[in-house]
Amino acid sequence: MESREHDVLIVGGGGTGLRAAIELGEQFPKLLVAVVSKVYPMRSHTVAAEGGAAAVIKSNDNHDAHCYDTVSGSDWLGDQDVIELFVREAPNELLRMEHWGCPWSREPDGHIAVRPFGGMKIERTWFAADKTGFHMLHTLYQTALQFKNIEWYDEWFVSKLLVEDGRCQGVAAMQMLTGQVHALLAKAVVICTGGAGRIFPFTTNGAIKTGDGMGIAYRAGVALKDMEFVQYHPTGLPGTGILITEAARGEGGILVNKDGYRYLQDYGMGPAEPWPRLRGMELGPRDKLSQAFVHEDQKGRTISSPYGNVVHLDIRHLGEAKINKKLPFVRELSKNYAGIDPVVQPIPVRPVVHYMMGGIDTDIHSATSLPGLFAAGESACVSLNGANRLGSNSLTELLVFGSRAARAAAEFASQQPGVADAKLLAQAEAEQQRIAAQYIRKQDGKERIATIRNEMNLAMESGAGIYRTEASLAKGCELLAALKERFRNVQLDDHSVSFNTELFTAMELEFMLDIAEAVMHSAHHRKESRGSHQRTDFAARDDENYLKHSLANRTDGAPRIDYKDVVITRWPPGERIYGK
Amino acid sequence: MANSESGGATMRLEVFRYSPEQGGEPRFQSYEVPFREDWVVLDALNYIKDQLDGTLTYRWSCRMGVCGSCGMMVNGVPKLSCAAFLRDYHPNPIRVEPLENFPVLRDLVFNLDAFLDKLKTVQPWLVRQEKKPLSEGEYLQTPAQHAQFKEFSMCINCMLCYAACPQMGLEPDFIGPAAIALAQRYNLDSRDQGRDQRQEVVASHEGIWDCTFVGECSVVCPKHVDPAGAIQQAKLASTIDWFQEVLWPFGARK
Repeated sequence: MESREHDVLIVGGGGTGLRAAIELGEQFPKLLVAVVSKVYPMRSHTVAAEGGAAAVIKSNDNHDAHCYDTVSGSDWLGDQDVIELFVREAPNELLRMEHWGCPWSREPDGHIAVRPFGGMKIERTWFAADKTGFHMLHTLYQTALQFKNIEWYDEWFVSKLLVEDGRCQGVAAMQMLTGQVHALLAKAVVICTGGAGRIFPFTTNGAIKTGDGMGIAYRAGVALKDMEFVQYHPTGLPGTGILITEAARGEGGILVNKDGYRYLQDYGMGPAEPWPRLRGMELGPRDKLSQAFVHEDQKGRTISSPYGNVVHLDIRHLGEAKINKKLPFVRELSKNYAGIDPVVQPIPVRPVVHYMMGGIDTDIHSATSLPGLFAAGESACVSLNGANRLGSNSLTELLVFGSRAARAAAEFASQQPGVADAKLLAQAEAEQQRIAAQYIRKQDGKERIATIRNEMNLAMESGAGIYRTEASLAKGCELLAALKERFRNVQLDDHSVSFNTELFTAMELEFMLDIAEAVMHSAHHRKESRGSHQRTDFAARDDENYLKHSLANRTDGAPRIDYKDVVITRWPPGERIYGK
Repeated sequence: MANSESGGATMRLEVFRYSPEQGGEPRFQSYEVPFREDWVVLDALNYIKDQLDGTLTYRWSCRMGVCGSCGMMVNGVPKLSCAAFLRDYHPNPIRVEPLENFPVLRDLVFNLDAFLDKLKTVQPWLVRQEKKPLSEGEYLQTPAQHAQFKEFSMCINCMLCYAACPQMGLEPDFIGPAAIALAQRYNLDSRDQGRDQRQEVVASHEGIWDCTFVGECSVVCPKHVDPAGAIQQAKLASTIDWFQEVLWPFGARK
């Protein structure tokens, strides 16, 4: 068993992990830093984010407005101390990106340009055409390459946290090329592994978004918070689930039903005119827009397509020049994957699983309940997004909390004596044995990975989709328990040690089954409707009983669901008003 | 993808297989997959992995042409397999191989560490002699200044250009199209002041002068980055440097 020792180890090389790494590279050059990622960092799914990143910079904007949009967008489940801090630190974080070379789109005079986004009363979304995540990820990666105290573990799969003496002291990670598990030791660990959209069948998320970091933390006894809140983005391409950015509506695009009618005016987002108009109609929040689609569909006013019913996102009136300048990727994706040119045809879209508001429970300093373990970005739940995230807050979130988590981890690491070598090595050794016995050497299994994964996907969609009921959730809990049982009988075709990608899909599925259960049970326990969690049997928000974060704790059986209070500072719970 | 009708039509994929661990020579293995109008080569590979043969090994993630993971040779041409549609080849079989000019690790997975080392040598980050404090706001950059480097900033590091470049096969130390394009991306950025320190690598023998200007890199680029154009620009700029140094050694440069 080989081991290596670091001061701070970052799991995940997407936007959050890279931002954390740069913070440690710039501010703590004496610390030895590791970035461990199952893919080369520039493959991380931050790359697919399109629309932009929110921060107050223009003179017509102010911090309170950004706070209020976020608080009301969260349906009052966001922690307001976190939201105030986020809004305060956001502008400098985006400016830092500019100073590192991020090619933000500009005004004619050279200043940063901003665009409108859903649920925001004032336009404040910085963007790089409609490839903002791509440009941010590559800027962060290229910037991080200059720091000599960062060691890169590309294509290493982390499967377990090493915990000894009540604190996290590293990870067990398999080098994918060799199949060898190593003990990567560290005085502090930061999880930045993104969400788990892949537990659902129809998602914008790439194949790698299987929630591994949530899985390893959950297994180490850390709670997953607010997992019932899963964001459906209202505009994905049917079939593939490819995202068509909210920026298409920010730039003036409209959503129409089969009669060409802007149906959102029937669902509390109107009036339709004047348009464009902030915090109304097509620039309402994502939860409300996805829910409106379901009602419109039930009324028989959607359009049928080979991959389910759709509505039309129409951007033709923007004209070819503006589409090419502001939305070139939307045009490219529509042409390649939907066979239509949005300059002359409307884009068929339907709601698609996009983002998890929930994640590893952290405090405002990105610390978890396990000493030495920190988390940030989509894998974490610092309670910025509450019950519904606003578009363009998450790219900013990964910067603000990626850097904060790095600073907190560095401070923790500097206070630790060292790591408990022998015991940690033994744990990693046991992990290698577990993987060999459970997967690689196993010969008598009967279940295919893809079969269980597909059934899990369908159970999630029918049990915990946009609208949920007691019956759908109870059934979902039952199906997932049965799938977990069947998973013990999984059989791999591939018994190789080197680059066994089937093994990684099996371990990812193992994590996803845990996460799926946390989502389903958290949703089952929350008997109210709030933000993205809508129950037809409890249609109203219930602040008396549920103005609380849920905490899913792993047990040998079903997850145990606890609650903790939401932090309210200046905005007492109120009604969410859009369109006016 | 389940509810698209294939009408029972199928298609043959001949896939390159090689596992050093299992021994044996590289070979091709044939698989019959359903033919669907809207399937890409990557969908067919996923079908094989899920339903027929879990040992088939390849990289993929976003399936929307932006993460750069799934580059392969498709009928001898470097392609993103998530953007190569079966319908463009049907009814003929499709031959899938790992990208050329890279060491194969297993099946369609190749080693790209050498590229990452080269990328690092061109210092692909913004260099400033004097850094502006955040309190003074952004570096101003007009849309016209942005347009100077925009296309070179679109590189997704998919490695198709390295697979297409005949010089890479002959001269593995060549820094290659993507890394040079990324060096130019920063050289041409109005905020950057690092061209001189990049020149040592970019203008070296393994840099731009290794390129014989075949231009295949720009042909295969899925993001229209035009690395061949970047290399031409860099050659021209280096030549001007040379003239200025040699012919006007005491004059003010730039």
